Amino acid sequence: MAKMINIKIEGVPFQVEEGLTILEAAKKCGFEIPSLCAYNHGECSKASCRVCLVEATGARGLVASCVYPIAEGMEITISSPKAVEARRMSVELILSNHNRECQECDKNGKCELLHVAKLTGARENYYNGEKTAVTIDKLTPAIKRDTSKCVLCGRCIERCKNAHGLGILGFENRGFNTIVAPAENRSFANSPCIMCGQCVSVCPTGALMEVSEIEKVDAAFKAGKFVVVQTAPAVRAALGEEFDMPIGTRVTGKMVSALRRLGFKRVFDTNFAADLTIMEEATELLGRITNGGTLPMITSCSPGWVNYCEYNYPELLDHLSSCKSPHEMFGAILKNYWAEKNGIDPKDLFVVSIMPCTAKKYEKTRPELSVNGLQDVDAVLTTRELGKLIKRAGIRFDKLPDEKFDNDIVGEYTGAGVIFGVTGGVMEAALRTAAFVLNGKELEKVELTDVRGFEGVKEATYVLGGKEVKVAVAHGMKNASVLLEQIKAGNSPYHFIEIMGCPGGCVAGGGQPFVKPCFLPNESDDILDTYKQKRAGALYQEDELSVIRASHNNEQVKKLYEDFLEKPNSHKAHELLHTHYAGKEKFKN
Amino acid sequence: MAHLQETAVKQINEICDRYVGENTPLMMILSDVQKEYGYIPLEVQEIISKRTGVSVAEIYGVVTFYSFFSLKPKGKYVIGVCLGTACYVKGAQQVIDKFSELLNIKAGETTDDGLFTIDALRCIGACGIAPAVTINGKVYPKVSVSAVKDIVEEYKAKEN
Repeated sequence: MAKMINIKIEGVPFQVEEGLTILEAAKKCGFEIPSLCAYNHGECSKASCRVCLVEATGARGLVASCVYPIAEGMEITISSPKAVEARRMSVELILSNHNRECQECDKNGKCELLHVAKLTGARENYYNGEKTAVTIDKLTPAIKRDTSKCVLCGRCIERCKNAHGLGILGFENRGFNTIVAPAENRSFANSPCIMCGQCVSVCPTGALMEVSEIEKVDAAFKAGKFVVVQTAPAVRAALGEEFDMPIGTRVTGKMVSALRRLGFKRVFDTNFAADLTIMEEATELLGRITNGGTLPMITSCSPGWVNYCEYNYPELLDHLSSCKSPHEMFGAILKNYWAEKNGIDPKDLFVVSIMPCTAKKYEKTRPELSVNGLQDVDAVLTTRELGKLIKRAGIRFDKLPDEKFDNDIVGEYTGAGVIFGVTGGVMEAALRTAAFVLNGKELEKVELTDVRGFEGVKEATYVLGGKEVKVAVAHGMKNASVLLEQIKAGNSPYHFIEIMGCPGGCVAGGGQPFVKPCFLPNESDDILDTYKQKRAGALYQEDELSVIRASHNNEQVKKLYEDFLEKPNSHKAHELLHTHYAGKEKFKN
Repeated sequence: MAHLQETAVKQINEICDRYVGENTPLMMILSDVQKEYGYIPLEVQEIISKRTGVSVAEIYGVVTFYSFFSLKPKGKYVIGVCLGTACYVKGAQQVIDKFSELLNIKAGETTDDGLFTIDALRCIGACGIAPAVTINGKVYPKVSVSAVKDIVEEYKAKEN
């Protein structure tokens, strides 16, 4: 138990834990000091924005409450005219060097700068003057950067370092010319950015955003294409947040009916393809174990992770499963099998994936993810973009009935598919099937809790077919690099490793609804530490509610093999469902 | 990274290894590399990043923050004109403008023949002799606009 000390805020005495910053202590005592750059556990440039200034006894002048620690007997004043005016001026000065075309900004409605402008009473155009030269990077299909909207808070820099140990972004130049950018103010496209979008998820303004593909989808509808949609597992665990539902609300049924109302001809669950992935991946793994192939085998569902490996560990690419990611598999099956069965020209079929991910936007453009010149997936929308589509169509999400996914030759899914959206889920799903194949019988208990949870690296040993199989799970590239260095050094004890790009897995992907406490008045104060668990809970709940919980028991997947693919890893399966990788140059010119 | 010779890579790694125990070795490493090579291009930053674990973006940030570090090769003679407060009020701006006019380059640039670079420096701590100019370490005190031509000629003469 931390030592309690006495402080006063606005003359009222409180006892709070020693070691807190003024900002944290004030929150516990019922005061919300406006702040901008501060993010969870100091993920910021350390008090650069000066929006949270307050008066505190014992300090010289005003102090930035986000970094200033409380002390015994300290008296804090938030509302004195001096503090109020200083905070307002800080915001006005930031606004003076800001692109104020707020209405057309993608962050409209979720902008923390506008929020603090309102809180501090910043006056419109109060300071006008020169502006820093602007860079707009729209070269990648995934993430765009617009320095005219950057407030130099440094959250993105810290997030990239903390999650991945990468630090693609940094402060560049000095003084008025300072910008946040990849080295040499390059595009993300020409730096070793893995496109995961974690930077986007912490940006307080519209400086970092996904590249929207809403217009592309609109155009497909307009051109009379047969537009179908598939949704990744993690989307259902977070979409409700776009409509002010509590974090962790599972909205599968409402999401499906919303997509139907948006005009999609079929609404499929990517989970079907997750089951298919398990069949292919488990077979590939067993093949590698039996035939002395490259081990450990590593999952390849996460395009952020694949990018990371291609940039940083090209020598380990043989360890990656050759499986395409589930939504790409689904696209390939839809265009090369389902379309014909339904009398649709594959050229007229337009496949949209709703993903919790920004890297998927890039992934779909990879030339090797096409069959016969047709891209497997035509457009990728993030969970946030789907929220925008639903709002644009005037659909009242909370009033929607619960509907079921289409189940039209393809589409059925199991509980194993749905947990793909959380760290450890792919491993658990694969083990459920591998256990059946190797032990010749179903697991008595399908919940494999050793690989669940948010530990950076999880490991477990299972006896399958009388043989010990060692597995490990990592999420976020910082954690993954621990396992990769072991492989490089030749002392990795594992047979199978699951790696997901984003910390927590897809539930906390870069395309998921923003978790900004200032816009979530009904969530608990520690929401930034608990939202991943809450979203994961929704997925585990859906798994539990499923009648069938292992991929090999998916009847439609079985039928797909019987009618079309023959068997897992067959020639046909390789043609449609597998891919290859290649090392990438980090700083291309 | 492929553009650098192996010996250069080895030497840069050696410089990095000089400061292994230090808490924040980056400034010292960059300072040594700057002295050794005269500039710190991205390829070199990548090698330093690999050796130290500091991200390239962060290294690039430090290099572009401090005017002592340079991304491009500097000229044989680096003319540093102090524009600190004292030098500035004593006319340093006119002095640097005169250098620019005579050499036909702006501050921060290098002449096409690779002989001269003009650097605008912030206070170099020589306020007593303002306006101060340094050329490759040699200090020129109380430089007047009219003296600039002679200084340039002094170095041009060395080349003939």
